[in-house]
Amino acid sequence: MSTVAERAAARSDKTQLVHQPLWKTVLKRPEAGALGGAILVFIAFYIVAPPFRQVPAFTTVLYQSSTLGIPAVAVALLMIGGEFDLSAGVAVTTSSLVASMFATEVAGNIWVGVAFALVFSLAIGALNGFLLVRTRLHSFLVTLSTFLMLQGLNIAITKLVTGNVATEDISMMPGFASAHAVFASTINIAGINVSIAIFYWVLFVIAGTWILLRTKVGNWIFAVGGDADSARAVGVPVRAMKIFLFMVVGFSVWFIGMHMLFAYDTVQSGAGVGNELLYIAAAVVGGCLLTGGYGSAIGSALGAFIFGMTTEGVIYADWDADWFMFFVGAMLLIATVVNTWIRARASMGV
Amino acid sequence: MSKLNRKALAVLAAGAAMVCASLVAPTTGQAADKSAKHYTFAMITHGQLGDTFWDIIRKGANEAARKDNVKLIYLAAPEASKQADLVTNVLQQHVDGIALTLAFPDAMRPVLKKAQDAGVPIVGFNAGSDDWKKLGLEMYVGQDEVIAGKAVGERLNKEGAKNVVCVDQQQGAVQLEERCDGIKQTFKGKYQILYVNGYDMASAQSRIQAKLQQDPSVDYVVTLGAPFAPTAVTAAQMSNSKAKVGTFDMSPRAVNLIKQGKIAFAVDQQPYVEGYEAIDLLWLNKTNGDVVGGGEPVLTGPAFVTKDNIDAVAEYAKRGTR
Repeated sequence: MSTVAERAAARSDKTQLVHQPLWKTVLKRPEAGALGGAILVFIAFYIVAPPFRQVPAFTTVLYQSSTLGIPAVAVALLMIGGEFDLSAGVAVTTSSLVASMFATEVAGNIWVGVAFALVFSLAIGALNGFLLVRTRLHSFLVTLSTFLMLQGLNIAITKLVTGNVATEDISMMPGFASAHAVFASTINIAGINVSIAIFYWVLFVIAGTWILLRTKVGNWIFAVGGDADSARAVGVPVRAMKIFLFMVVGFSVWFIGMHMLFAYDTVQSGAGVGNELLYIAAAVVGGCLLTGGYGSAIGSALGAFIFGMTTEGVIYADWDADWFMFFVGAMLLIATVVNTWIRARASMGV
Repeated sequence: MSKLNRKALAVLAAGAAMVCASLVAPTTGQAADKSAKHYTFAMITHGQLGDTFWDIIRKGANEAARKDNVKLIYLAAPEASKQADLVTNVLQQHVDGIALTLAFPDAMRPVLKKAQDAGVPIVGFNAGSDDWKKLGLEMYVGQDEVIAGKAVGERLNKEGAKNVVCVDQQQGAVQLEERCDGIKQTFKGKYQILYVNGYDMASAQSRIQAKLQQDPSVDYVVTLGAPFAPTAVTAAQMSNSKAKVGTFDMSPRAVNLIKQGKIAFAVDQQPYVEGYEAIDLLWLNKTNGDVVGGGEPVLTGPAFVTKDNIDAVAEYAKRGTR
């Protein structure tokens, strides 16, 4: 035993002694690969698509990225903590539906609906986490079940309450103007329309990074995802952390759900399906390991940005629309390969 | 057995039949014709669950089922193979008739053959105006999508449009492609197509914005589904584009925007009528052997809804039946 401990201590001493050049430290960060991929994709479209070079185009790309990126930050934290959430995509729609229907049918004021939706979304997150720690099933299975159940509930309950499959137009409700201003307003900067969602995205990324790198909770997240048993042994509340992380996803899902509601006034109850994979993809492209214990919040932002650039860039480049999804997939593949290559190079040079 | 007893028995039997009928189909309300066989029809669409348009079709179908006193099974799957599986499924349930959208005609061929061999009548509706005859169907209800597209193309010419983008929310669905083709055939200016993600409004908006920024000379955006028209209006505002917006189909929100003059027109194919007629034609065929249409489709559209005639339509759109 003592020899193992001594060896470990010796190793940590050694790594502390070696001074690494800055570029190497940067390249070893989880998001380094994604940064390389993002730069590559940016340069590629900058060359082939002249409209991509305009500032308004850049804000469109950022907007598309932000609607993926906000939940992706939370999903990245969750994945570092070692779990998946497949229910996040439809949970966004659930949140918008709950807010809209509670406001129109019960409360009469938008803000009450917004608050109710927050409680509801956090509860879904808590339920996911609770089911996970109680059943000890893989989170993939637990959240796949909640994903499918929510998908059904979204449509069934909406139809039960409104008689239709989309919610009513809420733009005439009391409180709409202020809620719209908070969640979905457009800011005009030097003649360019910029969605407020982009700024919130930046805030989410900063908050996520701060939690991960500067707080005890951040250390716990890495510990829980790296090795839950060891974490428990040193006193990390593993179960509480897992439930907490699912609730963080619940919060982010609520936030983007409110943006979607106030940006588009009505919600189609079938929306959101498929986005859960994009959130996970953004986190993974951004350096999160599928096995947990490793990753970053900034990485998820870069992942979302790569996806946003690709989907919009294909249009700016005016490539044949029939090939759209193929180009998106191919660009993502290239970005991810570059990402992995950079990461491999960085860790080789230890 | 005395006459009185027999009468009482008949009343009892009728009562029992009614109770049975209401148990089997709680939606049908009171039995309209107690002597007729209680049929079960299936409606199978390629619609996305939770899409407004398909809900209107379903409402029409429900109403026809109620009036005709039949049981209706409504099923939907937006992918070809899954939709074909649903047809197999209802055939195994021995339904008496099937109303089917033919968005993926080739995928439907084998299961249609099975249905025809089993003698189950099939009415095509909504999608497949080019293919229903080739597939051996006797009746089809819907809008001829190519004709509707052509009408839009001509309208765009009249309005002086030079560069139009057609926004398609479900790549590969035949009836949407047909609409675009129709526009392409009659429209004289530059024509482009843009595919968007029908499940994600933010993504749809960004893609339309990107298109308008990529080609600032676009002066008309035509969406193939009503929920995407308001999004196209927002996208045009966000990208400072002057492009006007027109749409196929309607939604309460699109109706509001037509009133405000922000959407120029909607092409109404009257989905409620499509759903209603598809079930009603099956019923006529089963109870009276009727084949309606005389070898041609039973047309439910196109009709243009604009600012001039919106008030007559708005009330029903709000109710969710137009």
